[in-house]
Amino acid sequence: ADIISTVEFNHTGELLATGDKGGRVVIFQREQESKHQPHRRGEYNVYSTFQSHEPEFDYLKSLEIEEKINKIRWLPQQNAAYFLLSTNDKTVKLWKVSERDKRPEGYNLKDEDGRLRDPSMITMLRVPVLRPMDLMVEATPRRVFANAHTYHINSISVNSDYETYMSADDLRINLWNFEITNQSFNIVDIKPANMEELTEVITAAEFHPHHCNTFVYSSSKGTIRLCDMRTAALCDRHAKFFEEPEDPSNRSFFSEIISSISDVKFSHSGRYIMTRDYLTVKVWDLNMENRPIETYQVHDYLRSKLCSLYENDCIFDKFECVWNGSDSVIMTGSYNNFFRMFDRNTKRDVTLEASRENSKPRAVLKPRKVCVGGKRRKDEISVDSLDFSKKILHTAWHPSENIIAVAATNNLYIFQDKVN
Amino acid sequence: QDTQEKETVSPERAEEAKLKAKYPNLGQKPGGSDFLMKRLQKGQKYFDSGDYNMAKAKMKNKQLPSVGPDKNLVTGDHIPTPQDLPQRKSSLVASKLAG
Repeated sequence: ADIISTVEFNHTGELLATGDKGGRVVIFQREQESKHQPHRRGEYNVYSTFQSHEPEFDYLKSLEIEEKINKIRWLPQQNAAYFLLSTNDKTVKLWKVSERDKRPEGYNLKDEDGRLRDPSMITMLRVPVLRPMDLMVEATPRRVFANAHTYHINSISVNSDYETYMSADDLRINLWNFEITNQSFNIVDIKPANMEELTEVITAAEFHPHHCNTFVYSSSKGTIRLCDMRTAALCDRHAKFFEEPEDPSNRSFFSEIISSISDVKFSHSGRYIMTRDYLTVKVWDLNMENRPIETYQVHDYLRSKLCSLYENDCIFDKFECVWNGSDSVIMTGSYNNFFRMFDRNTKRDVTLEASRENSKPRAVLKPRKVCVGGKRRKDEISVDSLDFSKKILHTAWHPSENIIAVAATNNLYIFQDKVN
Repeated sequence: QDTQEKETVSPERAEEAKLKAKYPNLGQKPGGSDFLMKRLQKGQKYFDSGDYNMAKAKMKNKQLPSVGPDKNLVTGDHIPTPQDLPQRKSSLVASKLAG
């Protein structure tokens, strides 16, 4: 199995898609809850697997284009088929996933094996009928949106109008119509005229969940800009600018690197945005630009390890963050296969671990604790024992239930609330 | 070392001091344009498409020597293909040491 690079539930939570480093997409489907086994909630089984992207080589620029799937975003379901967008560094594709569970039988001119029958031997006409067959799930690429990004795509986001979507790379954001693949509108361009003057890049972007004219994008300098597409065709001038003032006495070599925002997500309500930087998760009220309303420490103990984290490049790891369906709990990953949840109302937090060695299937997960020095209790793990190669960068939360999907390198874990 | 001094220094500053001790030539602005340029250039490989196409044309007439056990080592008549080339890793270590 390959390293999982993105995880996403669809809008009903019935399907869960994962993308991996090898360019494949695997979709899981929740099984129907059985009346005979009400205590066993629907489990997720493999529904469809397909190769979304292949590795490419751009000869003109001497650039290798990885097939790794950076993001998957689902479209809301409008008919029997499912649609999703998947993207690698350069190309976005729209995939249609549909079921076939009937096939026509009783042709006149060919027999059941498909061999043609001799027309002179046919004495009667019959009407072909549709008969049930074993379920077949097919994935077909319906649109390919290519050649619009010079730099590497980090985000895609479907607009609430369901007709357009955006794709963002390090310096530019483009707006697409789902029906049109040979054109896109550039809506943000932060490339300086002189590349020597480059000071920041776009790290993530997302459309507002309800207002089709509004989107946000985050930067490597820890800022978030909210833009309104009604004001201008090119949204280089933001409508709102979110930045927390820095304490100058705290400034160090690492300040800018650890302030780089790796993920930005609107709350389901559309009133808040959540950002993830290297050490914290922050919640911002759209109506207050000068500071976040909540800040949660994910793994503050890493502050005294920044030197080695810089040397092994871990300081550049891009963690994602997610809201639960009611926007009351937020979740993000950490190292050592740990992931953290913060309850915004009770202010309680928990650290859990996604690993086979430390938990049996269907067992309740035991909270973990990292010991920051001094005496280490029996269950605690010390900072120096953390495995930095086991990072949880991608997680997803079911839109309405307490079911979460956690990608731990090349393993996918699905956790559910304890059933009483 | 004066332990009292250590307590008043933030952990970040202490880490910065460690880094500077290891890499004395470290540039002042880590978020500056050199660092970002490296980030934008991920995936760069050096490859001569002219050589590659000429080799493909030659192959019709004679068998060119195939790649040796070490795929990354390009020697003799072996003409590199994109897959053979080692990825030119956008090495941040180099940029840390460069001014």
